[in-house]
Amino acid sequence: MKIRKLPVAILGTGNIGTDLLIKVMRSETLECVLFAGRNLSSPGMTKASLLGVPVSAKGLRGIIDMAHEISLVFDATSAADHMEHAAVFEKLGIRAIDLTPAKVGRMCVPAVNLDECLDLPNVNMITCGGQASIPLACAIAAANPQVQYIETISTIASRSAGPATRINLDEYLLTTENGLSVFSHCERTKAILNLNPAQPCVHMQTTVMAKVEDPDISATRERVLEMVERIRHYVPGYRLIIEPIAESGRLVTMVGVDGLGDHLPKFAGNLDIINCAAIAYAEAYANRLE
Amino acid sequence: MPDTTQQITVCDATLRDGSHAYSHRITLDQVRAYAAASEAAGFDYLEVGHGNGLGASSLQVGESLVPDDEMLRTAKECLSNTRLSVHVIPGFATIHREIDGAIACGVELFRIGCHCTEADITQRHISHVRAAGLEAWGVLMMSHMAEPEVLLEEAKKMQSYGAQGVVLMDSAGAYFPVDVTAKIGLLEDRLEIPVGFHAHDNLGLSIANSLAALDAGARIIDGTAKGFGAGAGNAPLEILAAVLGKRKFSTRIDLYKALDAGEIAAELFAGSMPESNSITIVSGLAGVFSGFAKPVRRAAEQLGVDPRDVFFELGKRKVVGGQEDLILAVAAELAKKGGIK
Repeated sequence: MKIRKLPVAILGTGNIGTDLLIKVMRSETLECVLFAGRNLSSPGMTKASLLGVPVSAKGLRGIIDMAHEISLVFDATSAADHMEHAAVFEKLGIRAIDLTPAKVGRMCVPAVNLDECLDLPNVNMITCGGQASIPLACAIAAANPQVQYIETISTIASRSAGPATRINLDEYLLTTENGLSVFSHCERTKAILNLNPAQPCVHMQTTVMAKVEDPDISATRERVLEMVERIRHYVPGYRLIIEPIAESGRLVTMVGVDGLGDHLPKFAGNLDIINCAAIAYAEAYANRLE
Repeated sequence: MPDTTQQITVCDATLRDGSHAYSHRITLDQVRAYAAASEAAGFDYLEVGHGNGLGASSLQVGESLVPDDEMLRTAKECLSNTRLSVHVIPGFATIHREIDGAIACGVELFRIGCHCTEADITQRHISHVRAAGLEAWGVLMMSHMAEPEVLLEEAKKMQSYGAQGVVLMDSAGAYFPVDVTAKIGLLEDRLEIPVGFHAHDNLGLSIANSLAALDAGARIIDGTAKGFGAGAGNAPLEILAAVLGKRKFSTRIDLYKALDAGEIAAELFAGSMPESNSITIVSGLAGVFSGFAKPVRRAAEQLGVDPRDVFFELGKRKVVGGQEDLILAVAAELAKKGGIK
């Protein structure tokens, strides 16, 4: 029997923060003790208040004031803000999960490197496309060590791409490419992002393509299927659309990501997957502390 | 009647849109030979590079034989009065890697494009080009998919970011002249910057649509030599040159040299000139990006399905340019259903 859930805080009360709140409230190992932002009348704040969660409009100050009661914080603000927050969290001894592209801490993809991240003060969740594609890239590279080049293409619904995503497309591409390289050990990588305005909204789709001489399709298939199962433990809506195939000199595999529909619509699998990854990390951390 | 004394800016997209027709295998010798012909013909801009623009060489849309910067430097050496332009799609190309690289190659005009409803993703790219003291236009691709009022709002955003022109692309070759008149007419009326049109010939209407655009007030017109471009090709520049001349629009074009440029392109790219066929017609009908023709044919062959069914299904799903990976998913799904002969 658990005596006490891990006390966590969420900083940033936009769509990502609010969706995280719903996920934390459902968790058997996490408890949200503070939902902090800047505006008490924002939709996220209102929702949190209605759900009986303690809220603060003092942002980072709110976290500092309650530091002794908080073990872990999800930072869903912006990259520039997280750069400042990170040092404060570390000093306070609060574990930080960074959902911005600030890249302060080690990049974490739970299906690939969860264990090695559990001792670090700060982990970064990369990008939505990174969470969806890196595990597949790792599976492909594991089955085909001779891989020369890896590319990922994600298509998301226009409505799931907020102003921050739109203005930061370049950062998204470069961060995703860097994540692919670091995790797969394949130096040459490329990321592409498409926004599709179709109604009803398209669900997130991510394809990984690779250049491999004499690809081992059956080994790739085995590794990819195993990886997909591992991801489904924490992203239930992650599903294989195209099993690994060789076509036109490329190795291709494709997944779709349906969101859980907690705060964000189900089509926004891109926002859901990065939140699911953050929760998976937090729960693993909580379980280890027990 | 349009004001025919107004100078028309003619953009030659042969070495960019033609990249689709040539599976992105255009060589530096071909760049040299054609750039000289384009310069002689008096076209205002020559667009060069991968069919999907800077940084688009990829497994998804096809790998370029020659890197962007080599193509651009080579073209630049052959041009003096004709200015060098590139196509840029945020989501493929980044500012620091691709745009700054192209600036270093001497590119004078950046045509920053996006799917026709997503103009805000072009803000930083357009601003960056303008801040560098160079020319930037906005390009709304697949513009048959949005209503005139939506296109106007998106074009206004581009204008506010600093775009000095806006081009509507009929990327799927799906427009009818009446659509061109409505959309170009509204933009021309409500924007402060010149408006342009980029046609594809999937339904055999590229010249008719280009003329409708000019008559509705467009001051920028795109074409390619002998229509060398994606799908059934673009508005053939040599025919545009003839029509513009006969209608007494003011341009820099030398008719005979424009006709020669067409012949030169036909020789340089012999065997790959676009033609109307059942796939390009269906692509236009379904309103799917013309550049999908080759990958659809490949996937349909591999999975044993009818490429025309693939196109209609892609049209139903309202795919946008850049979603080439969905071709395989759709072809595989159709193959599984087995409802195909």
